[in-house]
Amino acid sequence: MPTDTLFQALPGAAPVATVQIFFNDRPLKVAAGTNLAAALMLHGVQHFRSSPVSGVPRAPYCMMGVCFECLVEIDGVPSRQSCLATVRDGMRVKAQDGLRSFDSGEVHVEGEVRHEN
Amino acid sequence: MTNSSVTADVIVVGGGLVGAAVAYGLARQKARVLVLDEGDQAFRASRGNFGLVWVQGKGYGMAPYARWTVGSARAWPQLAEDLLQATGVDVQLRQPGGYAFCFTADELTARRDRLQSIQNDLGGSNEDYPFEILDAADLRARVPHIGPEVVGGSFTPMDGHVNPLKLLRALHTALGQRGVSVVPESPVQQIARAGDVFTLKAGAKYYQAPRIVLAAGLGNRELAEQVGLYAPVQPNRGQVLIGERAGHFLDFPTLNVRQTDEGTIQLGDSMEEVGFDDTTTTDVLAAIAKRGVRSFPVLAGLKLVRAWGALRVMSPDGFPIYQQSEAFPGAFITTCHSGVTLAAHHALTIAPWVLGGRKPAEIGAFEGARFLNPNYKFNHAH
Amino acid sequence: MKTETVDVAVIGAGPAGLSAAATAARCGANVVLLDEQAGPGGQIYRAITDTDALRLQILGPDYAVGQKLADDLITSGARHEKGVSVWEVTRDRSVHGLKDGQVRSWQARHVVLATGAMERPFPIPGWTLPGVMTAGAAQILLKSAQVVPAGGLVLAGCGPLLYLLAWQYLRAGVKISAIVDTTDRADHRRALAHAGGALRGWRMLAKGLKLMLAIRRAGVPFYTGASELAIEGSGQAEALKFNVGKHTHRISTSLVLLHQGVVPNTQFSWSLRAGHQWDDAQLCWSPKTDEWGALDVPGVLVAGDGGGIGGALAAASQGRLAGLSVACELGLIDEKERDRLAAPVRGDLAEQLAVRPFLDALYRPKMRVPHDDVVVCRCEEVTAGQIRSHVALGCSGPNQAKSFGRCGMGPCQGRLCGLTVTEVIAQARGVPPEEVGYYRIRPPIKPITLGELAGEAT
Repeated sequence: MPTDTLFQALPGAAPVATVQIFFNDRPLKVAAGTNLAAALMLHGVQHFRSSPVSGVPRAPYCMMGVCFECLVEIDGVPSRQSCLATVRDGMRVKAQDGLRSFDSGEVHVEGEVRHEN
Repeated sequence: MTNSSVTADVIVVGGGLVGAAVAYGLARQKARVLVLDEGDQAFRASRGNFGLVWVQGKGYGMAPYARWTVGSARAWPQLAEDLLQATGVDVQLRQPGGYAFCFTADELTARRDRLQSIQNDLGGSNEDYPFEILDAADLRARVPHIGPEVVGGSFTPMDGHVNPLKLLRALHTALGQRGVSVVPESPVQQIARAGDVFTLKAGAKYYQAPRIVLAAGLGNRELAEQVGLYAPVQPNRGQVLIGERAGHFLDFPTLNVRQTDEGTIQLGDSMEEVGFDDTTTTDVLAAIAKRGVRSFPVLAGLKLVRAWGALRVMSPDGFPIYQQSEAFPGAFITTCHSGVTLAAHHALTIAPWVLGGRKPAEIGAFEGARFLNPNYKFNHAH
Repeated sequence: MKTETVDVAVIGAGPAGLSAAATAARCGANVVLLDEQAGPGGQIYRAITDTDALRLQILGPDYAVGQKLADDLITSGARHEKGVSVWEVTRDRSVHGLKDGQVRSWQARHVVLATGAMERPFPIPGWTLPGVMTAGAAQILLKSAQVVPAGGLVLAGCGPLLYLLAWQYLRAGVKISAIVDTTDRADHRRALAHAGGALRGWRMLAKGLKLMLAIRRAGVPFYTGASELAIEGSGQAEALKFNVGKHTHRISTSLVLLHQGVVPNTQFSWSLRAGHQWDDAQLCWSPKTDEWGALDVPGVLVAGDGGGIGGALAAASQGRLAGLSVACELGLIDEKERDRLAAPVRGDLAEQLAVRPFLDALYRPKMRVPHDDVVVCRCEEVTAGQIRSHVALGCSGPNQAKSFGRCGMGPCQGRLCGLTVTEVIAQARGVPPEEVGYYRIRPPIKPITLGELAGEAT
């Protein structure tokens, strides 16, 4: 549940049609055709992924596809840059926590790996 | 001498995996060592290799090399332990055995013949050179997710892998701890000798020592001539793909795919003769990718984050060149394209030899002079 | 997989790319314009074809200029392929991209790289926390999604974009907690040396002054000469700490927007092994080009901020010059015609670049070489101290540092750490950045999967 979100819709903006997407199985109503990362942040999402190095939470930084902090899993495909994606009705988005698993042939995510430099 | 000169017991030319391992071995023997290294943009085969500590298949038709490789793999745990104790860096040596996959019956037969021939050369028994040839079903039972196009493969328990960059860093850290100076941005241009002392010119500086080791990779070709040695090495390009970090996927190293200790999945490689060109090419990378997907179809979704090309230091027959110069005693050359696998021998066997110790049994087969012998028959580098 | 042959492939649909593509197409060239976004405009004119009256009013007149460029492209005959993530451009001008999971490739006689700029890294403590973004990112949220901050926010750093965004937020009714500016008196003095250029660009300066006045009048707390910026928080941003003179300030905030200028996005030019130089005025690497934007790689040109920061209007001019040059190379116009058409564009370009030295001197970025415990490589979490320890071990440049510590090995491929690493090593070795060099950049410039790449195999 978004309590104090960092972002809001531009005051005075005209209402737009909405679609439903899911973030970590939570349904969200978002503006049709909008940018995915923007929609998530508007709904108070601050944890997009955890760093595969130390597990700390990360969120979008550049919004233009160069920082790769906004990586999420979209419809089962991991490591997608959400700042370059457009929402679609029914889209299922998951935070990218831990590592992609290839072990079972399906896509699910394991626990984090820590490594020291 | 007009400029400042530095004295050491041994100067090692080249701070890559070969040079650093030899220097480390020398320092372990309490020699005073100086390492002269190139700059940041140098070709640096050390940075581009696959990280395998690999035995199977090597030394086909050249028993000394097979023996040399087996010996180094056996000595590797000692090197890893020494480095861990000395520097705290765990180079992540794992030697669970390794696989090579075949996609046709002919390939599998050729593989069996090759390994059997090497085993025969080394005594003929499974103790001397253990290996197994597996069909698709056996392989699938041992390595999950093998693709349906794989018809079989070979396994030896002697194979393993290591983190080559951690190895390089561990070696350099150990050198620092032992007071070995590694001088960067210092490519050696000239080597002269007066009496018992070699003088090396690098840039505007001169360095002197009674013994030198040429471990300058592709640069060895030119430097060798200055001390009466022959090392006709050529660049041989290998391209490698790196995928994102993934959860645990592959326990064993394989010839073309391995999962690193950091979780990234690494795919290789190629052998191309393209001169001094270490750029990557789409066609070769695509071929590596295709082989990877044929080996493990489940990896089709793996995100690739990096690719590189690196130049192997390749002798005409693909085997190392180790030699002490007769015309310039005290000048040694060490060159190979398996700087990871042979690192243990370089540190623990070659280094003592450089200091005047026992000449390793197999060394005679690796003299560069062999290429000057018109009767020396060999297959062009594998 | 089929390869399409074209006369010109333009990479990037910002002002430079739009004008290069349109110019070449109008001369009769077969042009394809490739961009990874869903619509034209790059970052500066992002979402320009999707926008509305409210946003145009808030964002101001400079943004609306992009509409004309977008229209011009459509009528020029150039083909705009959207949603294409270009992952490789080779020296023989083969361009490889990915669209909807399918690999596409083009063989071009000429390539124009118009990949623009990106925000300069801002390595301060806490810069990797959620709740910290670049000012550019915040502006993109506004432009493309009509999203603005909900409550107090702090803008920190220096440079025109910082003040422009503040002004746009005020117009949108967004409350700004503070602006923390690192510009100090020394910067003013240095900038005065370039006052002549500043006067030539007086229109831009006048705009800037108007902005500043509006911000002051709105009563936004404004700190100047700030140093030692640090973001505090565990798990997310909670406050910004900084010094002004002898005083330490701490402002509670959950959202910090950082900006200290933009730098050329040079991934493609480096991957082509084009020659680059260190620009001491702009404190970044830029590719070496001739007066048409040609690199030392045959058939490849750069236009726009990717060749050196000049701003959106200069980018459009440079795009025109590149387009004319390519049209001439293709034999569609002769040299006389090319030069005749180029002459007024060069005049415009000189005007547009006149103010640059003044801006570069005034808004010199300060937070570039951080303390030991600050993360430099965000992807691999490598700190400045770790990099310095690798220099002590003998690493003389970024590539060795990369192999010792993994900095630059993550998905961003050094975009957010490269400049910092060059300068950290330069400072540690006591040599100029030019001598230290930059990361070796290789494809894939954007991620591609194993299966997608395998699809390229014959």
